[in-house]
Amino acid sequence: MAKINEEQVRHVAHLARLAVTDEEVQQFTVQLEKILGFAEQLNELDTTGVEPTTHVLDLKNVLRKDEVRPSLPRTEVERLSPDWEDGQVRVPAVFE
Amino acid sequence: MSLFEHGVKNLHTLVKDGEVKVSELVQESFDRIDRVDGNIGAFLSLNEDAFEQAKRMDEIAKHEANPLFGLPIGVKDNIVTKGMTTTCGSKFLENFVPAHDATVVERLHEAGAITIGKLNMDEFAMGSSNENSAYKPVRNPWNTKHVPGGSSGGSAAAVAAGEVLFSLGSDTGGSIRQPAAYCGVVGLKPTYGLVSRYGLVAFASSLDQIGPLTRTVEDNAYLLSAIAGHCDMDSTSANVNPTDYTQALTGDIKGLKIAVPKEYFGEGISEGVKENIRAAIKKLESLGATVDEVSLPNSKYALATYYLLASSEASSNLARFDGIRYGVRAEADALEDVFKYSRAQGFGDEVKRRIMLGTYALSSGYYDAYYKKAQQARTLIKQDFDQVLANYDVIIGPTAPTPAFELGAQNDDPVTMYANDILTIPINLAGVPAISVPAGLVDGLPVGLQIIGKHFDEATIYRAAHAFELATGGFTLPKL
Repeated sequence: MAKINEEQVRHVAHLARLAVTDEEVQQFTVQLEKILGFAEQLNELDTTGVEPTTHVLDLKNVLRKDEVRPSLPRTEVERLSPDWEDGQVRVPAVFE
Repeated sequence: MSLFEHGVKNLHTLVKDGEVKVSELVQESFDRIDRVDGNIGAFLSLNEDAFEQAKRMDEIAKHEANPLFGLPIGVKDNIVTKGMTTTCGSKFLENFVPAHDATVVERLHEAGAITIGKLNMDEFAMGSSNENSAYKPVRNPWNTKHVPGGSSGGSAAAVAAGEVLFSLGSDTGGSIRQPAAYCGVVGLKPTYGLVSRYGLVAFASSLDQIGPLTRTVEDNAYLLSAIAGHCDMDSTSANVNPTDYTQALTGDIKGLKIAVPKEYFGEGISEGVKENIRAAIKKLESLGATVDEVSLPNSKYALATYYLLASSEASSNLARFDGIRYGVRAEADALEDVFKYSRAQGFGDEVKRRIMLGTYALSSGYYDAYYKKAQQARTLIKQDFDQVLANYDVIIGPTAPTPAFELGAQNDDPVTMYANDILTIPINLAGVPAISVPAGLVDGLPVGLQIIGKHFDEATIYRAAHAFELATGGFTLPKL
């Protein structure tokens, strides 16, 4: 049975860039343990030498010609952005 | 009588001959939505330009050769529509008005279909009951105490309630077929790669497919013919030529080789569903098909495999919702907190849960035990299908273990909710196509028959489904 503790849940939330409340941490700890416990039935399967699926069809390296084509107009991108200044998306400082 | 009862084929003739105006069809949609959608909740937004478009189209209708010309369609709200809000059923994208159309939407517009509005769904297509919509639940037109299924619940309910002639949904683990079954309509999940995913907001990219929901098998074939085919903007799009799938509808299934997996009649499948599906199998036999029992032994591992893989892919795909370029932006001093709080504010519980599960399964130290193991299990599940389909034309069984359950009935435990998809998930893992067609009622609620085919053999699925529909009477509109 998978054992998940609150510290792990906080670590995973950080990896997922998700702010979580104490209540959510408790809830996720119980639920993730339950779901992962359910998933452990896969351990019954002997998968020695079984290739992991990478694609259901036998498609390989689908390429197209690298041709210049119009992209989204900057005005449209500006319209969608929550914070925009002088043709750029504005965010808090990345470095201290 | 509703104009939609005519179906695509007759409506095309009526529109071309000027006997039905495109504006009348659009009016029919909006009138019906006005009258019933307060109870159903299928629509999240309506296309305000629909009437103007219809008027322009009425002027050129008689010259039009495309069968979809002027016909009203609803589009699931995770398929982007230029100038029309696309929320994915999430608060994160409440005000998101895309700058481009999805390939399927572009193709529908070229064909002349009119988008009536955007359809309600479980947030980011994660759910089996539509209760995970951040806006409102959808209710089943057959009984509004019951769920319509999910995640394309709005797409199925809108067709069942007569609000649009047909609709588009998306199916990652059953999200077209299960709501189609619950609402008594026809829903197809095409072969992975047949329909372009460009402009479909990604949930699990190796499983997602867009597909049609309709009243009849014939209408379904018309709609698929319009949207299928290669697309440069989707690198997983298969190189297949445009096909007219209506050609497959011969009504003749003599000699069709049907496989029935014993696992699809096992534990957890309700007696009422089993009875209806057994009767459906007898019906197909009486039409000249041969039926054998087979085994898909690894099906029981499909649910666990799916939730690991789909959640892993989702955790990666949904990383794009960072609050920087579009959608919710939380105010914070540090950039990392902008990400964290934007996501915390914008996402609902189920979405957070799956992001957490997927992030865990992909994280260092657990990748081999969960993600890789699940990809190996996927190979075994896919091989089961390959082996059976090497000897049979189609595989059939129920679409869902039970008819639609009541709202609120399964909210306590995510694993119980996930089990609703136990009969549809293996099909996505194998990448094969499958349809759900109405197969009678249990206690006044529809049951769906699932017909699964070979890769890119939608034609045979349609032929079988059409013959079954002809023999059983087909679509009934619920009393509303």
